[in-house]
Parts: sequence; C-alpha cells; structure tokens
Amino acid sequence: MSRAGMRNAAVSRRSFLKGASLALGGLMVPFAIPFDAAAQEAGIPPEVNAWVVVKPDDTIVIRIARSEMGQGTLTGLAQLVAEELDADWSKVSTEYPTPGQNLARKRVWGSFSTGGSRGVRESHEYVRKGGAAARMMLVQAAADAWGVPAAECAAAGSVITHAASGRKTSYGKVAQAAGKLAIPADVKLKDPKDWKLAGKRLARLDTVDKTTGAQIYGMDLKLPGMLNAAIKDCPVFGGKVKSFDAAAIEKRPGVKKVVQVGDSAVAVVADTWWRARTALDALPIVWDEGPNAKLSSADIAAMLKEGLDAPDAVVGNSNGDARAAIASAKRKVEAVYSYPFQNHATMEVMNATARWTPERCEVWTPTQNGEAALAAASEAAGLPAAKCDVYKLHLGGGFGRRGAVHDWVRQAVAIAKELPGTPVKLLWTREEDMQHGRYHPITQCKLTAALDEKNNITGLHMRISGQSILVSVGMAIKDGKDPAVFQGLNAPGPEASIGYTFPNLLIDHAMRNPPVPAGFWRGVNLNQNAVYLECFLDEVAHATKQDPLALRRKLMANHPKHLAVLNAVAEKAGWGKPAPKGVFRGLAQTMGFGSYVAACAEVSVNKSGKLKIHRIVAATDSGHAVNPQQIEAQVEGSFVYGLSAALYGECTLKDGRVEQTNFDTYVPLKMDEMPKVETIVMPSGGFWGGVGEPTIAVAAPAVLNAIFAATGKRVRDLPLKNHSLKKA
Amino acid sequence: MPQLNVNGSTRDFEAEDDTPLLWVLREQLGMTGTKYGCGVAQCGACTVHIDGEATRSCVLPVSALNAKQKIVTIEGLSKDGSHPVQKAWAALDVPQCGFCQSGMIMAAAALLKQKPKATDADIDAAMTNICRCGTYNRVRAAIKVVAKGADPKSAGLAITHVGDHAGSKA
Repeated sequence: MSRAGMRNAAVSRRSFLKGASLALGGLMVPFAIPFDAAAQEAGIPPEVNAWVVVKPDDTIVIRIARSEMGQGTLTGLAQLVAEELDADWSKVSTEYPTPGQNLARKRVWGSFSTGGSRGVRESHEYVRKGGAAARMMLVQAAADAWGVPAAECAAAGSVITHAASGRKTSYGKVAQAAGKLAIPADVKLKDPKDWKLAGKRLARLDTVDKTTGAQIYGMDLKLPGMLNAAIKDCPVFGGKVKSFDAAAIEKRPGVKKVVQVGDSAVAVVADTWWRARTALDALPIVWDEGPNAKLSSADIAAMLKEGLDAPDAVVGNSNGDARAAIASAKRKVEAVYSYPFQNHATMEVMNATARWTPERCEVWTPTQNGEAALAAASEAAGLPAAKCDVYKLHLGGGFGRRGAVHDWVRQAVAIAKELPGTPVKLLWTREEDMQHGRYHPITQCKLTAALDEKNNITGLHMRISGQSILVSVGMAIKDGKDPAVFQGLNAPGPEASIGYTFPNLLIDHAMRNPPVPAGFWRGVNLNQNAVYLECFLDEVAHATKQDPLALRRKLMANHPKHLAVLNAVAEKAGWGKPAPKGVFRGLAQTMGFGSYVAACAEVSVNKSGKLKIHRIVAATDSGHAVNPQQIEAQVEGSFVYGLSAALYGECTLKDGRVEQTNFDTYVPLKMDEMPKVETIVMPSGGFWGGVGEPTIAVAAPAVLNAIFAATGKRVRDLPLKNHSLKKA
Repeated sequence: MPQLNVNGSTRDFEAEDDTPLLWVLREQLGMTGTKYGCGVAQCGACTVHIDGEATRSCVLPVSALNAKQKIVTIEGLSKDGSHPVQKAWAALDVPQCGFCQSGMIMAAAALLKQKPKATDADIDAAMTNICRCGTYNRVRAAIKVVAKGADPKSAGLAITHVGDHAGSKA
C-alpha cells in the first residue's frame, strides 16, 4: 500500500472507483470526484473526519493540504496527526485533497499555501486537533459498541482497549461507525513531552519511489490523447509578440497548432514535447520589445543607488534618534552592500497540464498553493472556480517559485482553451525558466554606525533601497510600506525580529521597483538583510578591534533566544580557540520564519585566491522539532541553496532580458564544494518555528565574515564569483 | 523501425534522428524516471548507463546509438529498488524533492561499479550532478556506505524506519 499509496492515495482510489483509471506507464490518473460521492459509490468507509480515513484493513490515510516539495512536510504533518490519533505509524499513508474539494467543503482543510516555512508552524494546531478528534470518535464508536463509557477505553497504535473487560478492537473495525458520530468540539492536545511519533527521527514516507524513478512529477504526467506544448514568452520584460509565421513550421512532424498566448508569448502544440520544442525553435517570431528593450543591470543599480540617500523612505523599525546619534558621533563606520536578482532554478522546470471544455477546466500541476493555482485556472478558463479543479502533483523543487504567481498555469489553460477537450501539457524549457523567473528581489543597503569613545555602537541607520516582492506579485500594501522588506529586522516580537538592541536605531526602505518581476525566493528578504547586518557588524567589530562574538554578545542581552543559537555554534565550532592552520572562522545569526538560527563557517583561501569552505556548524531553535533528522536535512540543504546564492547566484540584465539562460551560466554549488555541516537542533519549546528557510540567510554572511578573517577582503556585493580573493 | 536495447529489452521507437535519447525514453518508451533538467548536459538529471558508462542522455542524439548498446535507466537499475545504491539512499533518506535523484543514483552506481571503494576525491570528480534542495552530504554519505560495505547506521543519522513504509525497505 504505502508505495503506491504515498504517490497519491486519493488519486488511485477515486480513479479506481469511477472506472476512469488510466494506467499509463503505471500512473493512475485523477479525475474530479468528491470524496464522499466516491466513497458512497464504492461502499468504502467514509472518512472519520476531514483529516483521517481509516480503512477496514487498518490502513490509515492522512490528508495533507500543504504541498510536498522536498521539505518533508508530508511526513512531518502526518506525524503530528498520527501522534494525536495514536495511530500505528507503519500503516499510515497520505493523500492530497484537491483545492476544489476544499472550496466545496468550506475550506475544511484550511490554507493550501506552502511557503514561508509555514507548513507545520501555521497548521500544527488544527491538524493535531483533526487527529485527536478522529481518535476520540474511534474510541467513542468502540465504547458505544461495547456499551461502556469512552473514558474507560484507551487507544494506542490503532488499537482500542477496554481494560476492565479485556476487550480490544482496531481502528479499522470501528471506523465506519466513528464516521457517523458528531465531530467533538472540545479537543485536548497532548503535551509535547508525551509525544511518541512527533519529535522522532522517523524516515520520510516518500523516499523509495524517489530512488526507483516511480515518483511522478508534474513533468511526467501522461493522459490519454494528451498533446504537448512548448512556449516562448518575449525575452524582454514587458515586451510583446509583434508577429510570427506559423506557416513556416506547421508542416513539421507532429505539429498540431501554433497558438499566441496572451500578448507576449507563442506556443507550439505537438504530439511530443521534443517536436513542439524544436518546431518552436524554428518558428520565426518578431517581438515588440517595448519600453525595457535597453534595460541593463547598470541602469537598475543606478536606480537603487539613488534610493540610498533619497528622502522618500518608510520606516520599518526605529528607536531613539539614530540620525542625531550619527551626526554627533565621534566616529562612524559606513558601508554599502548589494544583493542581486537570483533565479529559483527548481530542478523541475515550470509545467502544467490542462484540459478545458466550456463546462469544466482541470489542471494537473506541481504547485505550492493549490488554491492559488485553482484561482489562476478559473480566471484563465473563464469559468467559476466551482467548475474547475487542480490536481497537485509532486514538485521537483519549489523554493517559492511555485506559490504566489501561477503564470505557467494561466498559460497552460490558455493553450488548452484552443483545443477544447484535449489535455495539453505545457513544459517550459530551462531557458524559458531562467528568463521568466520571479526573481529574488534586488536591493542595496547603506549602513552607518555611530560609535562612542569606547567603541560602543550608539546609533545605527540601515537604509534599504530596492524592490518590493509584495508589490511585484500584486499583493496589497498600506501607506507605501512593504513590511516584508524588514524581515529579520523587526522590533522584538515572535516573527523575524532583530537580535540586537541599539540605543538609537533607524531602519528604513526606499522602494525602487525595476521592471523585473520579483518573487518569494526561499529565505525571502531575510537573505539579504542578514548579509547586510551580520557582515556590517563584523566590519564594526574589526574596525574597533573587538571580537565579533564579543561585540554581538554586548548587543544581544535582551535577545536570549537569538543569543542561545549563536552561543551554541560558537561553542561547538571552537570560537576563540585556534582553528586548523590556514582556516578562519566567521559568524552569523538571524531570526525568521519563526525560528532562531546561527552559523559558524570555517574557510581557507589559498594563494591564488581559491576559497574552500571546510565546515559549517549550524544551530536551529524552532521551538518544537517535529522530525529532527528532517530538520538536519533542511539545514544542510539550506547551505547548498544559500552558498549557491553567495558564491554564484546572479541574474544580470542586458537589453531588457536576463543574460543567464541555463546551468552553464547560472551555476549552482556542486558536491565538490559542499562543506561538512554539523547541525545542532535545539528546540526550546513554547513556540513553533519553520525550518525550510531561515538557515539560508546565515550561509552567506558566515562565509563572507570568515573570508574577511582569512583575507582582509570585505565582499559587499554578491555573488562572490565577481571578486578576486587573491591576496594583494 | 529503429530499435534500442533498454533495460534488457529491445524496443522499437519512432523519432527524428536528432531527438535526444532522453526524449525517446520519456516520450516514446514511456519511462519518465529519467528527467529533463537543462538539456545541455550540465545538471545530470538525465543520467543513464550506456554499456555501463554514466551518460547524459539529454544531448545524445538517438541516431548515435545502435540496438547492441545496452542502455540502463533508473527503472532498470534493479527490479525492486534493491540495488545497493538505492538501498543506501532509502536507508539514509537521501532525497528531498527527489527530482535529481534518478540521475544522482545512476551516476553513483556507475562510479561504484568502476571504483567499488570510491574515495571522497572520486566522489567529487564523478558526482557533478546538480541538486537544488541540497542533498549533497547525504548523497556522499550513502555512496560511502556502499563503498565501505557498511551498515547505513554507520552514517550516524539515526533514522528510525518503522513498518513497511517505503522508507523502511532498505
């Protein structure tokens, strides 16, 4: 059960039921049948509640609303439900409800949005209550059958016992009766100290199919009669299609249709994708490159530079009077930093399969937010959401690209509309993916510190100039302020708060939005803000001949959780003790996505300027730790993502288009450069933090600070590849 | 009709000569375990074995192959996920999103066939596949487990496998 079941139990069951199962290449194809109707039709026991289905053979299906994209959320959320359910973990599998079902059931599964490391931290309570309520109903059903009070019965490992009479039954035997009971309103959750499944280093539920090629990603979907589409959007941002010569390629083998998509893209539909793609490459297209035809990275840098001293800034965090402190300071330290556009570069490029008829539109796609995908499909289809649905397929990476903006879904639906009734799979090329990303926002930052005669920081002004993600993705902001810009720099509080206290502080933002689409990129604004603040504090420490750890500690007395992770890495890394010969250390800490993180990097730079990152010690306090081995995997992965960004990640603009078109020009970190990572998982309890993103932000500053220690070179503009580390 | 020998079977297919092997596997032969990542032999998601050599199939025109050459894809590496590399991968929960892992596993299996006691330097040289989730350290740990013929527990990850879940098969 588990292997096929994990792929998508909902898919196979519903398909089987409706006789609509289409086993092509082993894949069962989902069709839209509501759970209840499907269950009724086949006489399968109905769900116990929205979160839990127990089958007569005691196998348990836990419904997961959030999307699995590698971060382990299927397993972590299932652990939380199964914990409260007192389930036999060996019989647990998971399935996705569809966003259409969620809509039809008044959002019984809550949000589908899978971003901001929110999977566990924002749904832990209601998913655990779902599991606990199901357990109470199962126990009640057994008690009813035995004619005893439920309070006399106990549940463990999917078995219910009535100790007084020695009777025993299993969840599978009472599930049908349990499903008919009212869902209890008063549900008590376990104290985390009593957890048996949550908090444990359990293996993921979705591993084996990923080792055999059996895992189906969006790109792998096959439907009967399906056609394939390749697309080219105008490479210049804001450009349009002027004309194209469809006749030039219409006779190529397999080509079915050439379609203009919106006003900026052209797609070729063919029997196979390779034929569609090669035909598209041969299609003469004339672009109207529009107002950005000459836009370059230098133009954007100048636009941001102006913002560093401009009067039109909004304040994100302040206390005291930083400007006055700086004006009257004995000594000042000032520096300007910058952070570039970066592409998510998910390993699986954007794709969606759509089938449109005048009555119904269905979309199969890897998405981080099924509900947002449904909204996009509905709009593009010209049909109400109730007449559409989205079937989520496994994501070959998300990193934020597949969450807020479903541009590829709109395209797929627009193409499918031209071929009513025929499913069309749209698959981007890597080149399309590189040139039509939703990029990491570009910003610059000027930091000015005022120092007294004892080298204490008496004031800090941090001026950020640059792009707003919220504005770029079309989210509402108030009074010209994008609060997300200040991630990691907020006033003390539970989210993304600054870990230091300065007597006078001003952090403000001059919004400058170049015409390049920005998006939520794993780690979001924490990434650049941690580089700016953590590297600058390192600069102040060196400028004033203070130990970087000692200087931070002085500023962190009011921030014990931030300090605890920093102390943990410093201690484990041996800060203050001699490093191996030629090896130098750098520190960084930050707080975001609800968690406190820190890192100590150990690097060496040889005579020719070649950097080697030897070791990273990292610490995470996420409050609770649902699966520590998966937290470790996320922390390690965060360093790959964060170091890829720090060392190489940069999208540059020339003639209005992104210059990097594939992995030969946009180079991620590879295995030979990957340092050893030692992860300290140190949950302090009492809160729920995310783990997929926060650590990314400390990767770059820890390494940059270590590089300064090794070379005396302060790199203030990422990525590192643009700088020589060779000693002068 | 042209033919290929894939996973021990001779298969007919129909495609233009310049079609890369990757797309014949995925679109003509219905084997989607081998992935498209870049199309320019940079990322390794499309890695298959041709006569035992790890080969990036996205830039290899199918016309360059004949039916005598033995092509092995992730689907044919073992019948049931029991290749030592696959078992080590499952034991150490290596994959995250998993998209690059077919290519990683095929590259690792070819490396270990050639160098059964692969060292870190061998791993660095052979494993140039791109993973964006960041599984590199577990990939390395899994290869070392196989190279040493060691118990996966020696990797020190202390992962608990319960029951007959996919992950517990190793």
